[in-house]
Amino acid sequence: MSFETSVIGPAALEALVDSLRARGYRVLGPTTRDGAIVYDDLASATELPIGWTESQEAATYRLERRDDEARFGFAVGPHSWKQFLLPARVRLWQARRNGDGELEVEEEGLDETPLAFIGVRSCELHAISIQDRVFLEGSYVERDYAARRSDDFVVAVNCFEPGGTCFCVSMGTGPKAEAGYDLALTEILDGEHRLLVEVGTERGADVLGELPRRAAAESDLAAAAAAVDGAAARMGRQLESGDLRDLLQRNLEHPRWDEVAERCLTCGNCTMVCPTCFCTSVEDTSDLAGESAERVRLWDSCYSVDYSHIHGGAVRPTGRSRYRQWLTHKFGTWHDQFGTSGCVGCGRCITWCPVGIDVTEELGAIRATDGAHGHD
Amino acid sequence: MDTIETVLRGAPVFEGMPPDELSFVAGCASNVRFDRGAVLFREGDPADTFFLVRHGTVALELFVPARGAAVIETIEAGEVIGWSWLFPPYRWHFDARALTQVRATAFDGACLRGKCEEDTGLGYDLMSRFAQILIERLQWTRLRLLDVYGDGPRG
Amino acid sequence: MGLAAEPLDALPPRPFRVRRRTQETHDTWTLELEPVATDERLEPGPGQFTMLYAFGVGEVPISFSGTPGGPLVHTLRAVGAVTEAICAADAGAQLGVRGPLGNRWPIAEAAGGDVVVVAGGIGLAPLRPVIYHALERRGDYGEVSLLYGSRSPADLLYLDELERWGGRLAVDVTVDSAESGWQGKVGVVPKLIGGARFDPAIAHAFVCGPEIMMRFAAEALLERGVAPGRIHVSMERNMQCGVGHCGHCQLGPTMICRDGPVYTWAELEPLLAVRQL
Repeated sequence: MSFETSVIGPAALEALVDSLRARGYRVLGPTTRDGAIVYDDLASATELPIGWTESQEAATYRLERRDDEARFGFAVGPHSWKQFLLPARVRLWQARRNGDGELEVEEEGLDETPLAFIGVRSCELHAISIQDRVFLEGSYVERDYAARRSDDFVVAVNCFEPGGTCFCVSMGTGPKAEAGYDLALTEILDGEHRLLVEVGTERGADVLGELPRRAAAESDLAAAAAAVDGAAARMGRQLESGDLRDLLQRNLEHPRWDEVAERCLTCGNCTMVCPTCFCTSVEDTSDLAGESAERVRLWDSCYSVDYSHIHGGAVRPTGRSRYRQWLTHKFGTWHDQFGTSGCVGCGRCITWCPVGIDVTEELGAIRATDGAHGHD
Repeated sequence: MDTIETVLRGAPVFEGMPPDELSFVAGCASNVRFDRGAVLFREGDPADTFFLVRHGTVALELFVPARGAAVIETIEAGEVIGWSWLFPPYRWHFDARALTQVRATAFDGACLRGKCEEDTGLGYDLMSRFAQILIERLQWTRLRLLDVYGDGPRG
Repeated sequence: MGLAAEPLDALPPRPFRVRRRTQETHDTWTLELEPVATDERLEPGPGQFTMLYAFGVGEVPISFSGTPGGPLVHTLRAVGAVTEAICAADAGAQLGVRGPLGNRWPIAEAAGGDVVVVAGGIGLAPLRPVIYHALERRGDYGEVSLLYGSRSPADLLYLDELERWGGRLAVDVTVDSAESGWQGKVGVVPKLIGGARFDPAIAHAFVCGPEIMMRFAAEALLERGVAPGRIHVSMERNMQCGVGHCGHCQLGPTMICRDGPVYTWAELEPLLAVRQL
């Protein structure tokens, strides 16, 4: 199905938000808060981070003013869309036990509010599809995720301003959004401030139909392509990624693990900001009277010592083994489990690591002395 | 009925031993039998013998005051008991008791010791075989020391 | 990989009633469970497990320990808050059950050959369905042996059955330590493998117990000439969701709840060779 490509002015974004809200969507998108660009409910397009950009480096994140009114002149902040699809805390069920000891379990109702995501980057589209594989395409379907994910309206944004730690080009996940969206916007600041709109679905076309727009001209297409190509040429990081699964599998005792273990605090920031990390744990609680109980699902991190607890001890008691688990899972065994890499090159883990550990540097170091053996 | 030499040829501990050596060793051996409950030897007794169990089970025990006899290991058919004959003071380090009726081949350790000193080739061969047995026994004992069942299982 | 062809929702526990509770040893109990809703029978295969929930306390993965196709039976040891609560559940009490989860002992694959069951401690519980299967279809198998050991004579499970089984398969029992009065073997389970009666060329081994005991057992089996693809081992790790969504039970490229708990030694050995993997 082929749709016409259009051009809208930045003011039309207001109509976009209105149109989605009128259709009953809960509209979510980027906004500034607490010194960062985060994802939150959007009541209006005026809440977008207009004229803001980010300066990102290892262990560094700063908001900076742009000298234009770009709506999407940044990359990605600490939030990812997983906070809406896989919320940090979800009650799974409640149980009651009556006087006769009979157990009654009531599954939690599902949140079926349709979600509209505005400003989804290509790396994030890949991240969402990676989590779809985990939760929707295995033998068991994650029912809460499935409900939140169903019928999401996705307005993707093609990056023209890559972040300082981005490496989507190396991971083959951007900067151009290829699939998985209803609408894709490319903001053009060269000349008239406008946005190219590509349509991905019928309902995307319907929504676009309600916005003031004009057909895209050759010059618009060229300007948009130039903006995205420019982003691809200014990636903050590079990573040789073709054979990482095998590289990591044969370097499980590489001395680099000892080296990074001296820096890693096992704080788990990387797992929290990573858009594909999906580990959770469950917590069973009951009230004091012992009459009602519930189970809650919470975000967890493989960096916590308790994560691998069994028989009175942790299988991975050292930071070395936990860092290794995270990195080799993300770039290596994820392929065995789910058929793709777990990394989309968004760079968040590099930016938000308090000691600035850079996964591209760590992988590069292992590759440089492939086969080296450290101590246990 | 098999000769002692035939029996030894089939025992794992003597596997691959050159025939003339095996012949000599067989010459130092005799068949013995113990009734159920009989004591083969006690800790501290002179140890100039070692046994190859051919039938039955022997319990190796240590006497612990106020606890009685604690079985440290049981030895089955095909296995060897005894290395105390190898080194001074040539005294047994534990008790051995037949748990069932036991038929075994007993070897004259004093005689073998003498021959090993003359024929160092035979000496090395016998020592290697015993070392292997001891290593295996030690490894099994270490595994028991870990008390692996002390930990929780599934759940 | 996973079990069902169509996606299943395995999250809420279903109420099951304790039909019978038997004490096996000082810290081990066997529970027979029946579903409160009669149309919710669970039929785990040998090797599979369920997640048992004690109201308000928590949930643990416990292997199926009954007759394939028969009632839901679990043998477990009380070692923590949850297992203690489950072991204390008397007849009539209700527990939550999720499952069956995980893969199975490939006992049918072993048909036509010899079977060696190597069990350490509570590891006999997940293997009992294998023995039941082999006994029910005794003609399908050649030599069938059970090599079983526990910490002490007081910790041996299923004593009556061990005696009955002795008539139909070779049962060899040992303990790590015993007082005088114990007339049986003293020594580790792997040591029994050397003298067990089976033809390595046609035997399949099914091993369960503490991880280090399984490692020694596998080595002894390899030494006897059993191919690593015919040595089957049941693994465990921290487990929470049981359905491959929470990440906790990962072992290298696999997830124990989804790709296990039964592995062949061929696939497992390289994973266990890396410490703290």
